[in-house]
Amino acid sequence: MATSIAHRASGIVLSVGLLLLAWWLMAAAGDEAGYALAVAVIGSGFGKLLLAGWLIAFCYHLCNGLRHLNWDLGRGLEKAEARRSAAVVIAVSVVLALAFVYAAFFAGVPR
Amino acid sequence: MVQLRLPENSRINRHGKVHKAPAGATNVCTFKVYRYDPDSGENPRVDTFEVDMDRCGPMVLDALIKIKNEIDPSLTFRRSCREGICGSCAMNIDGTNTLACTKSCGEVKGAVKIYPLPHMPVVKDLVPDLTQFYAQYASVKPWLQSRTPAPPDRERLQAPEEQEKIDRPSACILCACCSTSCPSYWWNGDRYLGPAALLAAYRWIIDSRDDATGERLDALEDPFRLYRCHTIMNCTEACPKDLNPAKAIAEIKKMMAEREHT
Repeated sequence: MATSIAHRASGIVLSVGLLLLAWWLMAAAGDEAGYALAVAVIGSGFGKLLLAGWLIAFCYHLCNGLRHLNWDLGRGLEKAEARRSAAVVIAVSVVLALAFVYAAFFAGVPR
Repeated sequence: MVQLRLPENSRINRHGKVHKAPAGATNVCTFKVYRYDPDSGENPRVDTFEVDMDRCGPMVLDALIKIKNEIDPSLTFRRSCREGICGSCAMNIDGTNTLACTKSCGEVKGAVKIYPLPHMPVVKDLVPDLTQFYAQYASVKPWLQSRTPAPPDRERLQAPEEQEKIDRPSACILCACCSTSCPSYWWNGDRYLGPAALLAAYRWIIDSRDDATGERLDALEDPFRLYRCHTIMNCTEACPKDLNPAKAIAEIKKMMAEREHT
């Protein structure tokens, strides 16, 4: 239940995040001032917070989506298996999200 | 469709009655029980009953019967076998749909909260209206459909492996714990059949003696009847008989895909 509702919530977060991404791409194709504004907004503290949230939602939605694909093949549907895979999905998505957030904000961009 | 708040006349008011434990009782368990009487015209309330567990059986149903016998005879609930085989006393206990007769009061920390099965029309107190639930069960034609006559001198035989496939699904007691724990059923219960009916459908689809597999699958080929299952797994978590409706539904979906694409 909890993983299911979180799957939907993260899906909604991802669609909203996609609007941000689309805005950034459109700004990149537009004039310099527009792009500077987009970079300033997304690069601000609040923007980074949104990006971090979007990354967490992305990692969770990806991992749980794989869990759903496995279920659709008729596998892992016993109660104990489903509980175990829920724990695994949460653990893996936390690790993955932390790795992404670290790589994005703390490791520095390789030039 | 999704309705996040209960209608005005279904919201719980604060006028619940409190029935204190008898003086001298040392082993007291508190029960908070949903009460609704359609004839009173009042909103539902939650009554508090303190029960002396030294003078009561261990199960939640024992406590409910004691309350009805000794404290408030107007308390209404269904019960019959008191051993988990009839499915009558299904209700929401401590936030989980289960059978009152097999749920021990000791398993619950703090007060035992007892509500009717969620998202069903309430007839009175803990009695939900299961008319639609039973109609959905009937709609999957839960009986053997065979086009070959039975042998004149004996039953229709099955190999032990064929029997094993239907062993677990046949153990369903139709208590409705699974269907009423399913968010998809809460929101689309008028068009989605729900885990209990689909488990029954599965039981007949895989029965080696049944010849109507194709028709049964045809009847489920619908965006709502079958495919509103989103593998939330509440049904399997709730089932007091430890059955697995979620897996049965996944198997039906697989059969649909296989017959479509092979």
